[in-house]
Parts: sequence; structure tokens; C-alpha cells
Amino acid sequence: MAAAGTEKSLKVDIWRGDDDGYYQSFTVPHETSQTILDVVTYVQRKLDATLSYRFACRVGMCGSCAMTVNGRPRWTCRTHVDSVAEDGYIKIDPLRNFPRVKDLAVDMTVFFDKWRDAKARFVPSEADLDGFAQVDPDSRERKEASAAIECIGCGICYAACDLVSWNPDYLGPAALNRAWTLVNDVRDADPNGHLKAVAGDAGCHACHSQQGCTSHCPKSLSPTASIAGLKRKSFAALLKGAL
Amino acid sequence: MSVIAAHRNHPTYWAFLLHRLSGLALAIFLPVHLYVLSMAVGDGARLDAFLDWTQQPLVKLAEVILVILLALHMAGGLRLLAVEFLPWRDSQKTFAAFAGAFAVGAGILYFLNVV
Repeated sequence: MAAAGTEKSLKVDIWRGDDDGYYQSFTVPHETSQTILDVVTYVQRKLDATLSYRFACRVGMCGSCAMTVNGRPRWTCRTHVDSVAEDGYIKIDPLRNFPRVKDLAVDMTVFFDKWRDAKARFVPSEADLDGFAQVDPDSRERKEASAAIECIGCGICYAACDLVSWNPDYLGPAALNRAWTLVNDVRDADPNGHLKAVAGDAGCHACHSQQGCTSHCPKSLSPTASIAGLKRKSFAALLKGAL
Repeated sequence: MSVIAAHRNHPTYWAFLLHRLSGLALAIFLPVHLYVLSMAVGDGARLDAFLDWTQQPLVKLAEVILVILLALHMAGGLRLLAVEFLPWRDSQKTFAAFAGAFAVGAGILYFLNVV
């Protein structure tokens, strides 16, 4: 651990440009409790104002500041320099598996389009109009949904997933994880519709259970667990003739 | 820096990789195995000569590796079935460790048996 103050400095290589780009080197003062987002912000404010990157809340809620740090996708606002720097060196790339817009900013359109394609949105039923649904907090469905519900949509799982890079149509861990919460939502009017949307070639059965998503999720969720649940449920639905 | 990309360097990716590579190696071995067995039908003397040749220490070592590959692929397959068909458990690294330990254990037992 470095002592307080700025006597040590960090060597930081940051990707510049889109797919056709290069690494630009910066020297950034090392601070106590400094985050990767602090480093990127220092570069943008003090060294090169043309650096593009994305952030909003700075406290791990919004999911907009994810980048690749020394080869691993991470939420930069909650990643301390001291936990990832290798001998004072940090390499920062945009997230893998996303089209690059400029520098550290990626185009997340395809990521959220896949949430739509996975039918990962709540389907209300007529019964909801009559009042509040009663959901037992101790029921198995509620517990399954609760385990997966805290996703912040940062795209880190999508960047960590080899299946996404092998099959660009693969819906990806986040969209499938969201679909799993809805399959377990007892208020949802179309659970088989959710299963149908994710049971195809590019859906849950494409997952190889490598668990890169689970290893990297900053919220400690397990999209692999959700996808395994979808595999079981869709298989059971197939046997019942519901798919 | 390392032999594997940083984002892949975690136990369950290694389990995937070993399962895939052991499967490929076994798929390459199987036709050779069947070819040798076919000698029993066509040319028994040739098969006997080949079986004598397989008594060499290096071939025995290759057999130990083959047993490890078989055990690894079987344990890896059982691990996958458990991951995908049993209720989820968070002890995924333990699953992978058991599969690896089973394969190494099978290899050691076979080695002790043939030496």
C-alpha cells in the first residue's frame, strides 16, 4: 500500500480512438483510496480534455462506468487502484464485445436490444388491476427472483462472456438473468412467453457455463445460476408441450 | 504476462477448457483405438505384435495420460450435469476442484497399478 499523498505515480495506458486506435500513456499521481474512475477523470480534467468516457453516479448504482482494467471488465467507480495496479501500471480499454464509439465509450445499443429480444419485460395481468398482488417473501419463486434482481445493467457480464464473442446473436447473461426474474414473478401473465423467447439457438441453451459473468459481476449476482434455471424450466416446459 | 487472458483466468473457465480439450483428445484417440481393435478381426498376428510394442514404458505413460483424460472428461461432464440440472449451489469452485481431483486420483491409481 502506498503512503498517503502523491509521492508515487501511476503509469496509465488508455485506449484512444475506435476499433482503429492506439494506447496513449499518461502519468497520474497515486492517491490513497483512489479509484480507476478517479484516474480516468484526472486524465480528462488535467491532462487531455479530449478523452471520452462515461460515468454518472460514482457510487456503484448506475452501471455506466464499466471499462476493461488490466484485462478484466470492472466497474471503475468501485475499483480501487491498489487492488488492480500491477507494479504501478494500469491499462484501461473499453468494454470487450461492444462496438467502440470513441476512447473508453462503447455503444450499448445491442446490449439493451437483447433485453427486448429476450422479452425481458414484465407482462401485467388483469388481476393486477384489482389491487396489490400478494407475494410470499419466503416462496421459492420470490427467493429465485430476489437473488437475480439487483442487476445495474453495467454490461460487465456481457463483456466477460466468451459466448457473446463466439456468437454475436447470443442474448447474453444480463438479458437472460432478467428473463429469469420474470419467469419467477408470480404476477407475470406470460411465463411461457418468456421461456419461448430464450429457448432458441442464441438463448439460454447456448451458455457453456464458463461462468465468466458470475466471476466478474460487480453486484455478486450469478447470471449462470439464472441461465441454468432457464435451461431447466424451458426443458420442463418442452416436455409438457408448452414451448 | 500469463498463458490465459485475464478475464478467463478463473476456476470454472479452466474446468470448461480442460473438459473441451480432453474431449477433443479423446475424439482423436477413439478412431485409432477402433483401428487397432479391428486388427483382431483381420490380422491377429499384427495385433499381437502391436500389443507387444505397447509394453514400452512411454506407451504406459501415455495410457496413464489417457486414463486422466477419460476421468477428467467424465467428472467434467458430471459437473456440468450437476450445474445445469440440479438446484444451483454457490460452491462452483468446489465442483470444479472435485472434478480435477477425481481425474488426478484416477491417474495415480492407474499409474500405481501398471508400474
